[in-house]
Amino acid sequence: MNARLSRLGPWVWAVVSLALILVFNLVFTPGFFSIQARDGHFYGSLIDIANRAAPVMLVALGMTLVIATGGIDLSVGATMSIVGSVAALMVTKGHSPLAAILTACLFVALALGAWNGILVAVFKIQPIVATLILMVSGRGIAQLLTDGQIIQFHDPSLAYIGSGFLFKIPFSITVVVIVLLITAAVTRLTAMGLFIESVGDNPTASRYSGIDIRTVQLFAYAFCAICAGMAGLVATANTSAADANNTGLNLELDAILAVVIGGTKLTGGRYQLIGSIFGALVIQSLTTTILTKGLAIEFTLVVKALTVLAVCLLQSPQFRTKFRLPARSK
Amino acid sequence: MKKHLSLIATIAIFVLMVAGASLHYKGFFSFGVFLNLLRDNAFLGVAAVGMTFVILSGGIDLSVGGMIGFTSILLGVLITKHHFHPAAAIGLSVAIGTAIGTSMGYVISAFDLPPFLVTLACMFLTRGLALVISPDTIAIDHPWYDAVSSAKTALPLIFLTVLAVGLYIAHARPFGRAVYAIGGNADSAALMGLPVGKTKIKIYAISGLCSSIGGVLLTFYMSSGDPNAGRMLELDAIAAVVIGGTLLSGGVGSLVGTLFGVLILGVIQTAITFQGNINSWWTKIVTGILLFGFILLQKVFQLRKTDS
Repeated sequence: MNARLSRLGPWVWAVVSLALILVFNLVFTPGFFSIQARDGHFYGSLIDIANRAAPVMLVALGMTLVIATGGIDLSVGATMSIVGSVAALMVTKGHSPLAAILTACLFVALALGAWNGILVAVFKIQPIVATLILMVSGRGIAQLLTDGQIIQFHDPSLAYIGSGFLFKIPFSITVVVIVLLITAAVTRLTAMGLFIESVGDNPTASRYSGIDIRTVQLFAYAFCAICAGMAGLVATANTSAADANNTGLNLELDAILAVVIGGTKLTGGRYQLIGSIFGALVIQSLTTTILTKGLAIEFTLVVKALTVLAVCLLQSPQFRTKFRLPARSK
Repeated sequence: MKKHLSLIATIAIFVLMVAGASLHYKGFFSFGVFLNLLRDNAFLGVAAVGMTFVILSGGIDLSVGGMIGFTSILLGVLITKHHFHPAAAIGLSVAIGTAIGTSMGYVISAFDLPPFLVTLACMFLTRGLALVISPDTIAIDHPWYDAVSSAKTALPLIFLTVLAVGLYIAHARPFGRAVYAIGGNADSAALMGLPVGKTKIKIYAISGLCSSIGGVLLTFYMSSGDPNAGRMLELDAIAAVVIGGTLLSGGVGSLVGTLFGVLILGVIQTAITFQGNINSWWTKIVTGILLFGFILLQKVFQLRKTDS
């Protein structure tokens, strides 16, 4: 059964874990699956999980592409807080219309992503260090923009992105679906997805077969930053306030974790967009389960740690041979 | 000479920064300020010594901050709630920290897993355990503790001792040479017959040891145990190591550089305190710019080397 499940794709383990968590709740948490309609909106734990996981899912989509090229992006949390601050300032200082805010945020995110991309692709700096620069200074820049204050704003159209409802479900979920479809279309309907996997698998062979590695890497980091920017908008719009100190704090780690749980290897190569979405859902439903079971929130970190370790060990060939698990299909 | 260019650049920047700050701020250039520089950054410095070994071997350790929070709160609980003698409590928490580091090293080397992920898991684990032990800060009130923390030279001395031991291990022991060899090329190191697996385990054990000593120093400094202590400290430690001229790809660098990396971060912080009206976020921005500058500098050196 083990081997047969694996053949479906590496993302299947994320689905299995999610199913296990849900079954646990079906048995032990009464009312976990109930969804109520109130004021014309749906409410319930399941919808809450999807809504809360939205920023991580958005970042994880971009992070998947970066990790597939064999890189990593630590700066996504800082990007989120810069974009959130820009949006809040445009509302409070400039009273800008939504279209202007969205365009500005898109360009800010694109610029930050291009910075990372140039460092990695042109200057050939290791991804961890290259993105560490923006991670460290980016949050400082966001605090500089907002003067270290939490900036509250009142703008129904911007707030809709994070707390509105479309077809009775939170609009943030719609944003995730749209970004997922765009990511899948851009990488799977064109050759870009193949190029990304090829660069991650073997950069030298990719270069010899005529792939422009620089463009592929630049694309991945820019795309990741745009996803992070969207996540920053959703998170900021959700509370109608930009908090430069806390928006997206530690979120890069959750996003990386989601990608790894989703079956994409940290060393690059084949990537699983759907897997990353499920990975993010696994993390959030674990957190929600721990909270609804009345356990202290501190335990989420311990459980997360054990999850990372379990996933890492299951992916390690040495561990699989040692414990006679079937080899992982390529 | 060429080998030490990066280190010389780091020291030059440190001297320039101190000179600039001394000219600009009255009373900056004094023994007291320098003693405080060492005292304020002792915990970061000790953690950075361990991080240097990890990065020299081509790895990374993200668990440093979590380990400091864990050690700090464990000490607080042991001394205040369970009435341990501070010396025994310190011994126990440092031993636990070293054991955690050793297990990380074992998992990384035995199952050939990326250090990034394993130490990330360890960061969650230690921070989570710290918060499980006690979500609140515990004040440590013990005559022995007060005596050590009020002695101005105690923390700088511990930091410099750890640094000296680190220098001895890195440059005068076979283990140190193995670390450099593994960082240069792990495959050739294995072919040369160096014990790659054992060395890796020891490297992460050293890092666990150093970060838990860092946690102990922080409790002396704050006179309390705090489960949230050392948040994001791994980034400062990595920044100090990189600014100190150690290559993140491994194999090249030195602990002397790390000392100056720590001091440079400390001078930025001290100068910002002296200025008074500059906000703390400038620390982050300046650190980022310095990181960028040094990484670019290293790239230039590397490119020259491959040209010649």
